[in-house]
Amino acid sequence: MSSENRIEIRGLNSFYNSRQVLFDISFSIPASRVTVIMGVSGCGKTTLFRHLTGLKSTGPGQIAVDGKDLGSFSETALSDYRRRIGVLFQSGALFNSLTLSENIAMPLHVHTDLAEETIRIMTLMKLNMVGLAEFGDYTPSQISGGMKKRAGLARALIMDPEMLFVDEPSSGLDPITAAGLDRLILNLRESRGMTIVVVTHELESAFKIADSIVVMDAGSVLAAGTPEEIRNSAGARVHQFLNREADPYRMHMEAYYERLLGDQWRSQ
Amino acid sequence: MVNPVRALGAYALRQVCSAGRLGMFFIYTLRGLIRPPGKFWHTLKQIQFIGTKSIALVGFTAAFTGMVLALQGYHTLTKFGAEGWLGSAVGLSLVRELGPVLCALMVTGRAGSAMAAEIGIMRIEEQIDALECMAIDPYSYLATPRMIASIISLPLLTSFGDVVGILGGYLVGVGLLRVNSGAFWSGLTSSVDFGDISMGLIKSLCFSVLIAWICVYKGYYAGVDEGAYGPEQVGRATTSAVVVAAIAVLISDYVITSILL
Amino acid sequence: MGPERKGLEFGVGLFIIIGLLCLAYLSYSLGNIGFGNDNYTLKAVFSTVSGLKNRSQVMMAGVSIGEVKKIRLKNDRAEIVMSIKKNVRLEDDSIASIKTMGIIGDKYVSITPGASDTYLKNGGVIMETQPPIDIESLISKFVFGSVDKGKDQK
Repeated sequence: MSSENRIEIRGLNSFYNSRQVLFDISFSIPASRVTVIMGVSGCGKTTLFRHLTGLKSTGPGQIAVDGKDLGSFSETALSDYRRRIGVLFQSGALFNSLTLSENIAMPLHVHTDLAEETIRIMTLMKLNMVGLAEFGDYTPSQISGGMKKRAGLARALIMDPEMLFVDEPSSGLDPITAAGLDRLILNLRESRGMTIVVVTHELESAFKIADSIVVMDAGSVLAAGTPEEIRNSAGARVHQFLNREADPYRMHMEAYYERLLGDQWRSQ
Repeated sequence: MVNPVRALGAYALRQVCSAGRLGMFFIYTLRGLIRPPGKFWHTLKQIQFIGTKSIALVGFTAAFTGMVLALQGYHTLTKFGAEGWLGSAVGLSLVRELGPVLCALMVTGRAGSAMAAEIGIMRIEEQIDALECMAIDPYSYLATPRMIASIISLPLLTSFGDVVGILGGYLVGVGLLRVNSGAFWSGLTSSVDFGDISMGLIKSLCFSVLIAWICVYKGYYAGVDEGAYGPEQVGRATTSAVVVAAIAVLISDYVITSILL
Repeated sequence: MGPERKGLEFGVGLFIIIGLLCLAYLSYSLGNIGFGNDNYTLKAVFSTVSGLKNRSQVMMAGVSIGEVKKIRLKNDRAEIVMSIKKNVRLEDDSIASIKTMGIIGDKYVSITPGASDTYLKNGGVIMETQPPIDIESLISKFVFGSVDKGKDQK
């Protein structure tokens, strides 16, 4: 595929109740590339993720998928869009009452009329792909966090989506499992030309898998570009993030004294 | 001066919004009847959970209620020399009032709370988001089977409770207090008519809808208003599901009785 | 999934059967919903039926054989329609009277069998009737009567 853009985000703003969490976000997500959205906790990554998967309706600004505004999608159009994407949530979001196989087969059961045997084989293939072929009959409560995440990935891939959205693939995982997930993501791009969006704060894995990186801070885009461009970026905050420098904890003396002493300290 | 007024307005708006959301939730649940995914297996599982597993609890509650009704009724009726009416007193109070209400309260406590907790956990663990992202209607998948199961289970549980309660009353009245067995049954059969039984059934049908609606709704929106998703929100949703459902059952009981009597 | 599913289906099936049996018992035995009509109706005319209500019992020799379905006014007299069980046959000279169960109890229709060879058919009329004994007037007669007696003795 060419380097055309699958998704264009233009001037996106987002609110929780009356609190604004995203400010005028604009960037594009190229087709068949891995785009990593990076930033410190609380910078609005997850909110952006929810916008991209259609879980949160857009405020001012728009998200254009293949040129069409996601916010103006009808219910059926949104449903069609979602059949073409796979989403892996932070904790895997597996259904506790079902076994791994049932979890992974669920979209097939709902959206296709495939024979039971076909579904079983397809499920097993996806389970094998994430290295869980022997664990099909386990329930989510019987397996580890890393396995849950891998099973969640298998479920996200069962409908062979064109786009994959991944929220924090390596948070809470040991380095080996995390590296395994990174390799899986790269494989998907190589072998199927999948468009992949990864939200993470893990620097190492971000630079390993990314074709382009978007750095966010406090609800706005700080920098966007190839990993090289980001590394050579002039922004101080970007450097601070890349070099893992702690924020100085700013001391607000006046506010501190006021909390401590009430109004008395002013008169002194 | 302006702030209290604003606070009042904000409060009123919030209430109107959540009332609208509650109404829409019911409509989406009904819409789930004609939408995929298939519900047969899920509904069966829920009937198992709401109905089959509540039978012991409902039977136990009903038996003791019938027994204590016989005890109380006997001591009151015997003052008027009217202990022959014991069967009628026990039967009428069970079939019309106590059977449906107690059964609904027991199901709320046992199954309603579990429904709210289960769905609340699905909310905080992003499982409901995952359903949406898989283009599976979460109302149709989660709410509709529970609603159907509740509507099927509760009237059957209530009938079961009525029968067990009457047997309990018979045991105490005839076995313990030596009321004439024939008088007990003839009082029962002559005073309880189909109107009473259908009233009890209508009540339990209404209660079943209310319980499933409120409990699933509370779980579904666990933490959404606060924008925080944690175990605390699930706990709060469960408590409020049980409290609100129980209050709704009691109020609607009064309303239905006043309409049907 | 096989055995688990079987167990589930069995449990649910058992629950539904128990529930439906209880429901059937309630409506058939207590609710008097007959499967097929096994009753026939008879009429009787009384000068007064005070205290009698719809669904009051019809008894013969103290055994319930049916109930009152309808009470209406006909030519300044009260006509009642009773539903009688099919297996109970009444002679056409049976006597219907209205009696009281206990002192505060309900009124009921008591039927005394006759001696005729012909039996009443569906929709037939019992000709011989006795109105209820008016307890209130009896009591007042008794009370005032004794007061009068006391005066006389003075």
